Amino acid sequence: MNRDEKFIFSSSAKKKLFITLGIGVLLFAIGVFMLATGSAHHDEGHGHEAVVREGFHAVVEHAVTGDSSTEYNAQTEHLEGVHASEKLEEITVDTAAAEQASVEDTLAAHEAVAQATTVDTTESDLELAHDNAHVKPEAIGQSVEDDHSKGHGEEAHASSEHHAEAAHGGGHHEAHWTLRIIKDLWLNNVFFAGIALIGVFFIAFNYIAWAGWSAGIKRIPEAFGAYLPVAAILTIVLLVFFHHDLFHWTHADLYDKASVDYDSILDGKKGYLNFPFFIIRAVVYFAIWISLWKVLRNFSIQQDLTGDLKYHFKSVVWSAVFVVTFGITESMAAWDWLMSTDPHFFSTMYGWYVFASWFVSGLAMITLFVVVLKENGYLSFINENHLHDLGKFVFAFTVFWTYVWFEQFLLIYYANIPEEVGYFVQRLKSDAYTPIFFLSLVINFGFPFLGLMTRAAKRQGAILKVVCVGVIMGHWLDFYMMITPPILGQSGGLDVKFLFVEVGMTMIFASVFLFTILTALSKVGLVAKNHPMLEESEHHSVF
Amino acid sequence: MEKENSFLVGIYDDEDVLLDAVAKVRKSGVKIHECYTPFPVHGLDDAMGYNYSNLPIVGFLFGVTGTICALTMMIGMMGFDWPMDIGGRPYIPLPDFIPITFELTVLLCAFGMTISFFIVSNLNPWSTPRMFDPRSVDHKFVMAIDLGVNKQDVASITTLLKSSGASEVNKKSFE
Repeated sequence: MNRDEKFIFSSSAKKKLFITLGIGVLLFAIGVFMLATGSAHHDEGHGHEAVVREGFHAVVEHAVTGDSSTEYNAQTEHLEGVHASEKLEEITVDTAAAEQASVEDTLAAHEAVAQATTVDTTESDLELAHDNAHVKPEAIGQSVEDDHSKGHGEEAHASSEHHAEAAHGGGHHEAHWTLRIIKDLWLNNVFFAGIALIGVFFIAFNYIAWAGWSAGIKRIPEAFGAYLPVAAILTIVLLVFFHHDLFHWTHADLYDKASVDYDSILDGKKGYLNFPFFIIRAVVYFAIWISLWKVLRNFSIQQDLTGDLKYHFKSVVWSAVFVVTFGITESMAAWDWLMSTDPHFFSTMYGWYVFASWFVSGLAMITLFVVVLKENGYLSFINENHLHDLGKFVFAFTVFWTYVWFEQFLLIYYANIPEEVGYFVQRLKSDAYTPIFFLSLVINFGFPFLGLMTRAAKRQGAILKVVCVGVIMGHWLDFYMMITPPILGQSGGLDVKFLFVEVGMTMIFASVFLFTILTALSKVGLVAKNHPMLEESEHHSVF
Repeated sequence: MEKENSFLVGIYDDEDVLLDAVAKVRKSGVKIHECYTPFPVHGLDDAMGYNYSNLPIVGFLFGVTGTICALTMMIGMMGFDWPMDIGGRPYIPLPDFIPITFELTVLLCAFGMTISFFIVSNLNPWSTPRMFDPRSVDHKFVMAIDLGVNKQDVASITTLLKSSGASEVNKKSFE
């Protein structure tokens, strides 16, 4: 065993990371381009376009039948929503036919509507202005309607559907697609911050348990902590600039009794959910995590230099401090950063659930690092026994995640309290999210459960590598499912742009994450050479 | 050839000596009945050439039995025998059945594995355990060689054990 082994962050490895970053940036740029240009005409725009067209169709019908404007409004409102896309084909045909057949009739109808709905238009303008002030995802459908009626009200004499789309595309939609990017930034930030945090947690509980087997690989999770400062800066920046987009509860009018938007439930939660306290908490979490990581890292390096055992004992004490504070801060961070995106929903399992998801992804990332480093000729003393233990960890906490996930689901399903059930209705009764919902269950439970079930599978680097990559992607999807529905409403989900926007963004984050960690890993020895349990780690064997 | 249930018992003072001795004895073609040590010795299983246990397969089969029992029971009772409307849910709500299914799976799996292990290891209540040397539960490492299985003569096996580091070699017979 070479105790003075050092990881060399070679230029070829750096090159690979830069290529990954480049591909990520490219994919992301294409995705942004698609979002910015194509949103009103293509894939994702279908739903909204359909709503507009349907509204238009209703106008045509109105013109023919001569309904009153009240009925027109009721009709469009009735037609709005999810079913719109199903009727797209039919309606397009209808509209086109109606256009060609009776353009004049239609124009006349527009005039009529414009006159009849003057009062309504003023109202909807007010509402529109209000919606723009704070974009509530659930209000998107409604405000598209508003846009639409506004368009008709003001420019009813203009040609048929062009102005409807123009009004539809104006203002509101831009906020919509940037929201998706902000959501992705936040999602990746939280996901990778969690993995970095789990690295510190891993060395801490190994110290407390006096675990010997992991002594040889402890520098890898230790290096994970180096990403925490990056995550801290990103988190604070995102929270300061985009809190209105990410967190619905940060809007002041929700707490104003005079406002139509006054929300007594959120007002009751004001003691905890208020922005200054929110930012302070985020700063405190990162301050605790980073400083304790620095302490543990420092002891470890000092022990390398001096060989003094006292650093080991000190590390055990500070690890205990870390684990206790981690238990509290991690739960609270989960409530703050993830659960409060949907501020009416609450679940007492949420902290655990997020911990489980972070922990599995963190363990999978550690395992992946060990396997890949070994493949590249480092850590020659690591054999299948160490891999077996890492595999057991991933396997066990995969099952733990499923247990916690299902426990949360079962309790909410069984109790059937509206404010809790909403969480699953949003995800299970949705064309956009139901496939991801079950996909994430399969990737996060079925795949690693069957993949790592046998002893032989856990002892093989190749299988571990495949399963760990799957698990990391699966838990990314799990976080996607936590964050996206409350922020984007029903307009998220796996579409073509997902391959560019989300994948590109994740590649950017992953390459920054890997670069930070590999740099930290190359700065000190790859093996903690004076760790008292290194000998035990070297001779570790499990049957 | 010696009679049935007759054993040669080599006593070793150190687990490393025992590990080397096991390798040496096996190499010379003598079959080892079992080793008895005061504590688990790392690498002894490998040295003895044990195959991996089949216990997980037994556990899996018992677990599947538990799953089938639980689901049959609940679907039969709640779905067909006496359907009840609980909060407007379906008569066969699978999520509600999961905890009991899980419990019964784990119960049958755990008991099944434990009982199978006891039976296979001859630890059932009516068996008389064989104690080759009482010191093996305290500070000595014991290697037992079944004379009924090995065709070599006693003297040559004794020499082999002595030369592999045994501090003493005894003969032990059971009823």
